[in-house]
Amino acid sequence: MSGQVPPLAVSGVGFAFPGRQVLADVSFEVAAGEFVAILGPSGGGKSTLLRLIAGLLPPSAGEVKVAGERVRGPRRDVGMVFQKPTLLPWRTALDNVLLPAGFRRGASKAEVARAEELMVAVGLPDAAGLYPAELSGGMAQRVGLARMLLHDPDLLLLDEPFAALDAMTRERMALVLQDLWLARPRAAVFVTHSIPEALLLADRVLVLSGRPARIQADWRVELPRPRLTETMAGPEFNQLALALRRVFDEVAA
Amino acid sequence: MRRLWNLLPPLVTLGLILGAWHLATGPTGLPSYLLPGPAQVGRALWGGFADGSFWPHIGFTLTSTLVGYAIGSVGAVLTGICVAESRLFERFVYPYIVAIQAAPKVALAPLILVWFGFGLASKVVLVALICFFPLLVNTIIGIRAADRELIEMARSFSRSPVFIFLHVKLPAAAPAILGGLQIGIVLALIGAVVGEFVASDRGVGYLIGSATVNMNVSVMFAGVIILSVIGMAGSSIVQALQRRIIFWQADRSAPPPSET
Ligand SMILES: Nc1ncnc2c1ncn2[C@@H]1O[C@H](COP(=O)(O)OP(=O)(O)OP(=O)(O)O)[C@@H](O)[C@H]1O
Ligand SMILES: [Mg+2]
Repeated sequence: MSGQVPPLAVSGVGFAFPGRQVLADVSFEVAAGEFVAILGPSGGGKSTLLRLIAGLLPPSAGEVKVAGERVRGPRRDVGMVFQKPTLLPWRTALDNVLLPAGFRRGASKAEVARAEELMVAVGLPDAAGLYPAELSGGMAQRVGLARMLLHDPDLLLLDEPFAALDAMTRERMALVLQDLWLARPRAAVFVTHSIPEALLLADRVLVLSGRPARIQADWRVELPRPRLTETMAGPEFNQLALALRRVFDEVAA
Repeated sequence: MRRLWNLLPPLVTLGLILGAWHLATGPTGLPSYLLPGPAQVGRALWGGFADGSFWPHIGFTLTSTLVGYAIGSVGAVLTGICVAESRLFERFVYPYIVAIQAAPKVALAPLILVWFGFGLASKVVLVALICFFPLLVNTIIGIRAADRELIEMARSFSRSPVFIFLHVKLPAAAPAILGGLQIGIVLALIGAVVGEFVASDRGVGYLIGSATVNMNVSVMFAGVIILSVIGMAGSSIVQALQRRIIFWQADRSAPPPSET
């Protein structure tokens, strides 16, 4: 805000796969310490947008700036949790968390300790030595979350990180994520299908839809933090969810 | 106890085959210059090992097989890496690899013998050439088949291309490479024996060839049995290696496969 360079600025971004325009003229900024959720229909281009921001794909129009610099490729200060677990099958869970540090052998003592701490934080205290084939989908996804947090980026990108989890674990993980984020608030873009999850976590909700997709709505969520399970039961939360649902149905129709 | 029990059925089969063989070659059966009985073959095997006359042949065949296999395999993996990782290399070389892959390399055996002489060198070259191509193609396919999403993930964490090659692409290609090594070890032995058939004064292939000239069918059988044992041993070693190296592909929850 206040005249500073925003951690993320997306301006006029368009993207097309061969024969198919996915995104058109997408523009938004994320302020320092702001948690932004992106809601949108399946196949709408949310993952594509995150890959553009991560520098994994070049936009066909417009530009993405991270910390004021135009993104030309993956950056060290950006970390991503992918929609699929994307773990190396030949590495243990702990080694997978330590991938950004060069695995256990390349990592410092402090990094290994931090990785173990993060495994506990995401609820996998006993999974360090397990291989991905021995993890459930939800456990694998939590390893992916721990890996991104070990990387300790200034800009967090999360692509439906909890979609594979059961409803209860999902809510618990959202609260864990909130805690980890509150410990060091930073810019975050969180893609989700779930309106309650977006409201639980986000300072702002963007709705991305249409063919090609654009930002159709930009909502502020003024609920106090830390938000708790009880927050979700409150009337204010439910009214917001309902209103957001109406907006979503309207623009995504 | 269980293992012994598992061994029983194949042993019963073996007994039945030996029995039938024995009957077929008895006084009323086939003449021994066409098909010697199991006892005769056994005597030929025993005699060849007891008087030490088999050992130099076995040593020669093993040497050419293993040296040629090692050279061909290392060459194939390194070339495969270059082709899979370098667009330029691929465009210049790949069409020829595909073309040569289709040609039967054993047909080159006489030419190779002319070029490299009748000794060990020509056998090594033939073996290397024969096991080179299947492994090369497997290496290329294996590296190319590496999960794009895993590569993208590693890129997103700013991992270097070398890191991505070593820790993402190469392990992803390991099953295909080991498959190529498995095919290669069998082909290597074939290459060595063909080389010895064409021209050699040593080796198990030579042993079989010269026994043919003398109509010593028992020794021919002994040679074939020796080659089979070498082939099976090589195959099992590569298989054991395979299980150790690509452990993550095994279903860890399932009980280990009951093999003999
Ligand atoms: N590699 C690709 N090549 C061609 N088209 C692609 C590719 N990846 C995605 N697409 C197309 O781009 C569109 C957007 O895909 P994207 O994965 O961004 O959607 P999404 O919003 O993340 O969907 P979901 O919520 O289901 O994950 C889809 O229609 C998809 O078919
Ligand atoms: Mg997606």
